Amino acid sequence: MVDVAAGGTPPPGKPQAHEGPQRRGIWSRRLDRLSGRTGRGLVIAVPYVWLICFFLMPFLIVFAISLAEAAIARPPFKLLEDLGYGLYQVTVNLGNYLFLLGDPLYAVAYVNSVKIAAISTLIALLVGYPIAYGIARSSPSLRNVLLLLIILPFWTSFLLRVYAWIGILKDNGLINNFLISLGLIDEPLPLLYNDFSVYVGIVYSYLPFMVLPLYANLERLDPSLLEAAADLGCRPWKAFLTVTLPLSIPGMIAGSLLVFIPAVGEFVIPALLGGPETLMIGRVLWNEFFNNRDWPVASAVAIAMLLLLVVPIMIFQRYQMKQDGA
Amino acid sequence: MGQRRSFFVLTAMCFGFAFLYGPIVSLIVYSFNESRLVTVWAGFSTKWYGELLRDEQVLDAAFLSLKIGVINATAAVLLGTLAGLILARFGRFKGRTLFSGMVSAPLVMPEVITGLSLLLLFVSAEQLIGWPAGRGMDTITIAHITFSMAYVAVIVQSRLSSLDESVEEAAMDLGARPAKVFLVITLPIIAPALISGWLLAFTLSLDDLVIASFVSGPGASTLPMVIFSKVRLGVSPDINALATIIILIVTVFVVIAGVLLTRQERARTRAVQQALQDED
Repeated sequence: MVDVAAGGTPPPGKPQAHEGPQRRGIWSRRLDRLSGRTGRGLVIAVPYVWLICFFLMPFLIVFAISLAEAAIARPPFKLLEDLGYGLYQVTVNLGNYLFLLGDPLYAVAYVNSVKIAAISTLIALLVGYPIAYGIARSSPSLRNVLLLLIILPFWTSFLLRVYAWIGILKDNGLINNFLISLGLIDEPLPLLYNDFSVYVGIVYSYLPFMVLPLYANLERLDPSLLEAAADLGCRPWKAFLTVTLPLSIPGMIAGSLLVFIPAVGEFVIPALLGGPETLMIGRVLWNEFFNNRDWPVASAVAIAMLLLLVVPIMIFQRYQMKQDGA
Repeated sequence: MGQRRSFFVLTAMCFGFAFLYGPIVSLIVYSFNESRLVTVWAGFSTKWYGELLRDEQVLDAAFLSLKIGVINATAAVLLGTLAGLILARFGRFKGRTLFSGMVSAPLVMPEVITGLSLLLLFVSAEQLIGWPAGRGMDTITIAHITFSMAYVAVIVQSRLSSLDESVEEAAMDLGARPAKVFLVITLPIIAPALISGWLLAFTLSLDDLVIASFVSGPGASTLPMVIFSKVRLGVSPDINALATIIILIVTVFVVIAGVLLTRQERARTRAVQQALQDED
């Protein structure tokens, strides 16, 4: 997981590969010469075809079905009109999108998802930054242990870790029982089934995604820059604010994107920890699909969610490609 | 001033790790609780473990999840290694941008969208070509391979780009064919990345609720699907027992893998340093 999350920023100092035929590595040159284009083409084709079949095509189908009409049938939508004689007519209707625009439920869910994801990302950044900073400043042997401790929860079931918070936050849960036994409160605090518990759940689940890219970034920082600042009479706090913080912005962006993007479409956390008024778009899509069985509207919700996420996903892809090109 | 800041950082780290591990510890502690009320301590007991082992539904689901996880991880490592190799070593080719986009997009795609889109694919394909006939283990496995291979590809790619190509080039200059170079030189070097990729793909599959719920059919319930339906009805101690077992297994595996990989890495670094010194 380190590799995935740390992939946010390209290693500094590596020159960008130059354009032109020299850029092709020895692998491709040799492959061309020895086995001809066929062998190389075959190696490329296997994962390429898989991804086109099971990643790209499904999206095109979602888009097509978002333009279909709901029908009482199996599957429950109507896209092709059978005209007889082997002829089909594609019915395109924008009704599902108009329906999304017309019902305030969807607009509220969108705004709410973005709000909850943004606030959780900010909290995760505030909590994660000191942890990443502390790990990057530890001795190398301690560093590996701490990193392992950050990654370890990620390997245990996400569902069960979210479930653990129910026992902690509920009315007769650990926190409320503890506070009541201390005599600090008489009535249990409403900690569960509201926006607060959703924030806790998202920050908790996605904290490693924030810490790892931040750590990768901070660890590469040249300590001589801070020494130079100190030699020139800079106080540590000021050196942190004017040297470390600006240089760690790429790590902050990578970490924030890795938290924000999945948080917007999150289903499990609002479903288990959120209250009935915690509307998030992932949950709306799920209900539309499983409870209302309206596949065309669920598809339209998915397309609309993609439009919302296309900008953050593009930024993330650019980070990936920078690393790819380096 | 410096002292105060490191104190602040230390406190923040302690708080952070407590935040990460508190819930996990509470799950484990209350799995040994006598009482059905999960958060009221009523004495030590292991009865929830016995109850869990008698629960047919949980056992069947766990077996199905393990089966899917192993097939998924193996296939994802095969496909993901090819994809990572192509991205790191094949230079430019037609459609490279689309390819690299398709490899990294599943990493950030919301699960509800991936799940919905794959389900609609399977339904449409069944109507058009009669495959897949019904949904269940096969469709879940295909869906899992698709997103797990992206993770493996990124791990393999970053491993390969951090490696010097000169060893591979030397082998080729000595006349080895590309396939042989890959099997004899590249594969052993990236083996640790393949192991972590396999483990990651296995865990992702074992953990997935949303995508499996979309693409599964009647009769095929994975472990997360069973847990989710139980948890929705409220907190229950046998789920705590299940969580404890999973956490225990995962911790043992990850720690062993971590120790082995670090040791191997160290031996390799030492061998390289030795070789460089001998050259001097």
